[in-house]
Amino acid sequence: MADKQTKSRPSTFRLLLNNQLATAGLVLFSLIVVIALLAPVLPLPDPDLTAPADRLLPVGTAGHLLGTDALGRDLFSRLIWGARVSLAVGISATLIAAFFGSLIGLVAGYAGGKTDTLLMRGIDMVMAFPYILLALAIVAVLGPGLLNALYAIAVVNIPFFARNIRGIALGLSRREFVDAARLSGKSHVQILFGEVLPNVLPVIIITMSTTIGWMILETAGLSFLGLGAQPPQADLGSMLGEGRKILFTSPHVSVVPGLMIFVLVMSINLLGDGVRDILDPRLKSGSLTRPVPRTAVRRETVPETIERDPDAILDVQGLRTEFRIGPDVYKAVGGVDLKVGKGECLGLVGESGSGKSVSAMSIMGLVPTPPGSIVGGVALLGDEDLFAASDERIRQLRGSAVSHVFQDPLSTLHPLFTVGDQLIEAIRAHQPLSYRQARARAEELLKTVRIPNAGSRLDSYPHEMSGGMRQRVCIAMALANEADVIIADEPTTALDVTVQAQVLSLLDKLRKERDTGILFITHDFGVVSAICDRVAVMYAGKIVETGTTEEILTAPKHPYTAKLIDCVPVLGEPERRLDAIEGRPPVVNRLPDGCAFAPRCPRAQADCRSGEMPMRQFGERRAARCLHPLEEEREVEHV
Amino acid sequence: MGLYIAKRLLAAIPVLFGLTIIVFVIMSMIPGDPATAILGSYATPENVEKLNRDLGLDKSMVEQYFIWIGNLLHGDLGRSYSLNKPVLDEVLSRFNATLILAGTALVICSILGLIAGVVSAVRQFGLADKVITFVVLIGISAPSFWLGLILILLFAVKIKLFPVSGMYASYGGGGPLDLLHHLFLPAMTLAVVATGVIARLTRTAMLEVLRQDYIRTARAKGLSESRVIYKHAFKAALVSVIPVIGIQAGFVLGGAVYIETVFQWPGIGSMLVTAISTRDLLLVQGGVLVVAAAYVLFNLAADVVQTIIDPRLR
Repeated sequence: MADKQTKSRPSTFRLLLNNQLATAGLVLFSLIVVIALLAPVLPLPDPDLTAPADRLLPVGTAGHLLGTDALGRDLFSRLIWGARVSLAVGISATLIAAFFGSLIGLVAGYAGGKTDTLLMRGIDMVMAFPYILLALAIVAVLGPGLLNALYAIAVVNIPFFARNIRGIALGLSRREFVDAARLSGKSHVQILFGEVLPNVLPVIIITMSTTIGWMILETAGLSFLGLGAQPPQADLGSMLGEGRKILFTSPHVSVVPGLMIFVLVMSINLLGDGVRDILDPRLKSGSLTRPVPRTAVRRETVPETIERDPDAILDVQGLRTEFRIGPDVYKAVGGVDLKVGKGECLGLVGESGSGKSVSAMSIMGLVPTPPGSIVGGVALLGDEDLFAASDERIRQLRGSAVSHVFQDPLSTLHPLFTVGDQLIEAIRAHQPLSYRQARARAEELLKTVRIPNAGSRLDSYPHEMSGGMRQRVCIAMALANEADVIIADEPTTALDVTVQAQVLSLLDKLRKERDTGILFITHDFGVVSAICDRVAVMYAGKIVETGTTEEILTAPKHPYTAKLIDCVPVLGEPERRLDAIEGRPPVVNRLPDGCAFAPRCPRAQADCRSGEMPMRQFGERRAARCLHPLEEEREVEHV
Repeated sequence: MGLYIAKRLLAAIPVLFGLTIIVFVIMSMIPGDPATAILGSYATPENVEKLNRDLGLDKSMVEQYFIWIGNLLHGDLGRSYSLNKPVLDEVLSRFNATLILAGTALVICSILGLIAGVVSAVRQFGLADKVITFVVLIGISAPSFWLGLILILLFAVKIKLFPVSGMYASYGGGGPLDLLHHLFLPAMTLAVVATGVIARLTRTAMLEVLRQDYIRTARAKGLSESRVIYKHAFKAALVSVIPVIGIQAGFVLGGAVYIETVFQWPGIGSMLVTAISTRDLLLVQGGVLVVAAAYVLFNLAADVVQTIIDPRLR
């Protein structure tokens, strides 16, 4: 699903122009820079020419577009010359800070060990100061003046570069290409600047683009306080500072330069945000979108009459779920039928990426939208089509009629709440119990899943429990409201083998006692044989084979099923573990014509590579999607 | 948890010592003769020589540091030449005003920033998100000293809603209400940038958290969306936002220098600016040390709050 490398990536600059705000920032910033650069050749009056007779003319006076200041100097001209100084100072400070900060960061990250500790402790100490205060102390010592203000601002920004670059350099210096360069006899300096530097350049640029705005702002601030530019030299800050004295009588003298600083800094920030969005992959648009509470349902056609299997409590028919990422459509689930009877355990088996989890998560609308949406099929819980139900109805059913157990019990439990609180919350979401009653019920549930000292365990946080214990808590949570169906998504995959067996037997016992249906998702046929009554094998978004566990294990029809079974390690036959399936599952936005497994299938023939593969029936509730099914009976070794 | 807080308190001590070293090093970078720099160019040679002896400048740097830090621990920060009184007295009397201003601004920016960030994340790409993102961008781009002037023009001169400057009214002033009246504009101005930063980070943190597995679990349990967002997601996002609020304390304490100057607030910031102009370096040193120490304590408080929220840190 993540295979997007094949598309040609647009250039960084193109990406930047795609971002309207960043483009606006770029245009504005370029405009200010060009005007500032051209100041000497523009037909501007002398910015320092005083004319006492024309003092404090308002904005819009003929010959003085923005009026004049207290000494009769033309404000428009002073503004442009002031912007020139502010820009020069800001950019110089950024370059100085970037140079020294990056150098410290590179050396610390590359050298590691004591050098790293020493340098970063120093940086930490500097950062323990309030930013502007340190600059003030430096200016206090060096004396007021624009150049001193520049140095001060550069110094206080060094830590930001040092920290950011050190982090990346540290990671890079442990990478293979750096080792290779070292072995090829390159010197540290060569490696640092030839191998490491080019890779940290994006981080340096991001840090520059995010700090240059501050630096312009802070140098202007120091000048405003009278500690930067000294008369007759003027930057935007000192103009603002001078204007402040006559704020009430002639506000334009201070408002105008301030506005200029604001526009300049804003254009830089817009541009900086755009640059960061492009260079920082984590923030790339779309990767940080908020999933809505329920998967979007966009069915083109809704079947008018639905034939319902009376034996099934959960009956999924023709489910299709897609992910839209940019212009690509990934058909993760392409028409899946699943039936779970009362007290029955249906195993949904397949490799990662086969669409088994997406199928299961689609049922209660837990597939993240965006990018996912359900585009076809029905999911019947009793007589109710879940895809047609209201959001509130789905919320009521979640955790009560249908509950879930997920794969990694550490990440699926909230780290900041006690397991007791999380259990109590699950109970009280659906039962009108007081906190005290719910707590007693929670303790009972923990006992049911055989957690010792259940009462005191309620006050434990997830991180204080072992993986097996955590998964028991998750199972207890799934049992909290006597669910009809439990959807278990690889509930034992993250656990040790012995713990796996315990959790499986627990689940098996509980479902038999309570007559709960289980949809059990796994990639492991060993697990299937331990708990499932029936099996559905999935490949590339489609069910390729169904049958009872015994039928499938003893006589798989589809070559893919046979290969999956072969992947299960058998005690005493360690070499079998190596018999993984060659190749990778196909990417579901470009499925091959014909059977999706054909490219990896040892039995594939010409007719496998074209047309729609039909599901072939082999008796009641036994079917496979294969033109050349396996015939022979197999010996079952691991039931 | 008490143990953890004690540990953090102990860990703050070396940081405080680090601060004194940095201040000491910066102060020793004075170009030329420090005594002349402190006393000004009109000082008589006898005075310069006496001060050199008083300051122990005939000794080595390390000795000088230990003498200085010894004095510091006795509460002796030297004597302000421009005010002719002990630095500590002046700094402490000023610090109160800065603490009121910065503390209020910090409370304002935390509350507004968190609310704006959460709303922005919940309404991602919606109108509220766009408006908040835009306002935040303006807030973090506008120079606070300029914004202060504009607010004075608007709300103190045009509409006479708030006083132009100061901490208390000159006549018949005093009391908490008068203080609040004077505090409103400067505290709001000081909070603007930090509010923007906190709002941005809260938005990102919320969006990141909302993709976590435990949020899916919360939804799978059948919790209402408001409970999912305001209880489960917000608490998790808070863990990554609180250190940022601690860091913002530094920007707020530093930014107070501008705001105190603009609003003539009698705090350490405005004192520092005057002290730098009059080259009263001992006063600068004292002011910087006290504010930096306050920042360390603010960060410590943020650490403790984070530990209360996140059991994994205990």
